Amino acid sequence: MIQHNAIPRRTVIVTLIVGLLLTIMPLPESLDPFRPDWLALLVIFWAMQLPRTWSIGTAWIIGLILDVSQGTLLGQHSLAFCVIVFITVRFHLLMRVFPLPQLTATVFGLLAVYQFLLFWTNGVAGTHAASTVYWGPVITGALIWPLLVMILSGVRYQDRSGN
Amino acid sequence: MVTFRQENINPTRSPALGLRLLALIFLSIVLMYVDNRDNHLNSVRKAIGVAVYPLRVAVDAPVRFWSWLSDATTSHNELELELGRLRVERLLTKARLQRFNALEAENARLRALLDARSRVRDTVRVAEIMSVDANPFSHSLVINVGSRDGVFDGQALVDADGVVGQVIKTGLLTSQAMLISDTDHALPVEVNRNGLRTIAVGTGQIGSLKLPFVVNSADIRAGDLLVTSGLGGVFPAGYPVAVVASVTRIPHEPYANVSATPVAALGQVREVMLIWSAGAQGNPAENSPTAGQAE
Repeated sequence: MIQHNAIPRRTVIVTLIVGLLLTIMPLPESLDPFRPDWLALLVIFWAMQLPRTWSIGTAWIIGLILDVSQGTLLGQHSLAFCVIVFITVRFHLLMRVFPLPQLTATVFGLLAVYQFLLFWTNGVAGTHAASTVYWGPVITGALIWPLLVMILSGVRYQDRSGN
Repeated sequence: MVTFRQENINPTRSPALGLRLLALIFLSIVLMYVDNRDNHLNSVRKAIGVAVYPLRVAVDAPVRFWSWLSDATTSHNELELELGRLRVERLLTKARLQRFNALEAENARLRALLDARSRVRDTVRVAEIMSVDANPFSHSLVINVGSRDGVFDGQALVDADGVVGQVIKTGLLTSQAMLISDTDHALPVEVNRNGLRTIAVGTGQIGSLKLPFVVNSADIRAGDLLVTSGLGGVFPAGYPVAVVASVTRIPHEPYANVSATPVAALGQVREVMLIWSAGAQGNPAENSPTAGQAE
């Protein structure tokens, strides 16, 4: 695998801001449950690419920002983010050599863990939501993952050659 | 250019990572516990909320621009039609208002006779709904006013037809409101026809409320208008909420199965009115052009 010693911080931040924009963008009522977890996908991607520098603390702060912008319980998305980043960082070497279908299946699993944590914290806090809200994003997220990898890899190489 | 540096030690396998994870999980749980308990974290939420505000505006801007564009390019003909329709509507509303004024005067007189506390008019202010998606786990919306404009937690939101919801999280510049259709929302109502008091609970579907505590023998039927009773202390009394859609009486059950349809267009409103009822906290910007008296 290539060494990623020159990925500008700017690139990461820009993709995260775009992810947040996509997360709060309005969608029709019927499509809303199927909005992919853009930030979760991005966080997994960057944790896989930059496991040495991408700390779970950063993921935790991104989660906190998401909690505020969505009005969910403070700490709910933070918890889910730092857990999936931990798993990704631990197994990043394995995940990098996975062929794309297998990697997508792994991401599916990570997203399921993520949604389960949200479901669980919601349950403890006494918030009830339709079940589509939980499994919809997992499926669309896994479907969109290969595309996201392609786009982000492109962004990465462009930036590297630009410097 | 700032770049991520590579370190010599490999932090991905060190036990420190696991420890950090545990610490962060613990911190998250404490945060959630405190946030769920009471409002100690409001200032944290507000501070981060201000940072998120530009993003909300950025997402809202294209939608706003589109509606401005479609307004600007509407044909003269359509505008004239619309103007005519609005004139007729205004005439009808004013006619109804004349009677209302007389009734209000009569009501005040009767109340004075009965020595009852007279009702004070509510102050309202128009707020726009931002095209921003909020909490995926509940029915909520984001409005473009916050504590800077005098908005407070629990404030009632109505549209032209009836009650929309209440403010649940007040930010500095924007606030979040919960719709009455949310499963966690309950609203004290009364049947307008006979004053029967009950509670309307959200079902999680935008076009439906349920009334779980209506006894089988209660005098309620399809078509009845439900208005706020003012008992909860959050909503001022007398605002229309929903129309009873169906009443199913099950003989051996204590409560009837009653469902109602909200009169406010919950899924499609763009503007809402915030209500400051007399005696409530906060004050709308006095010199604001949109602040006014409820008629």
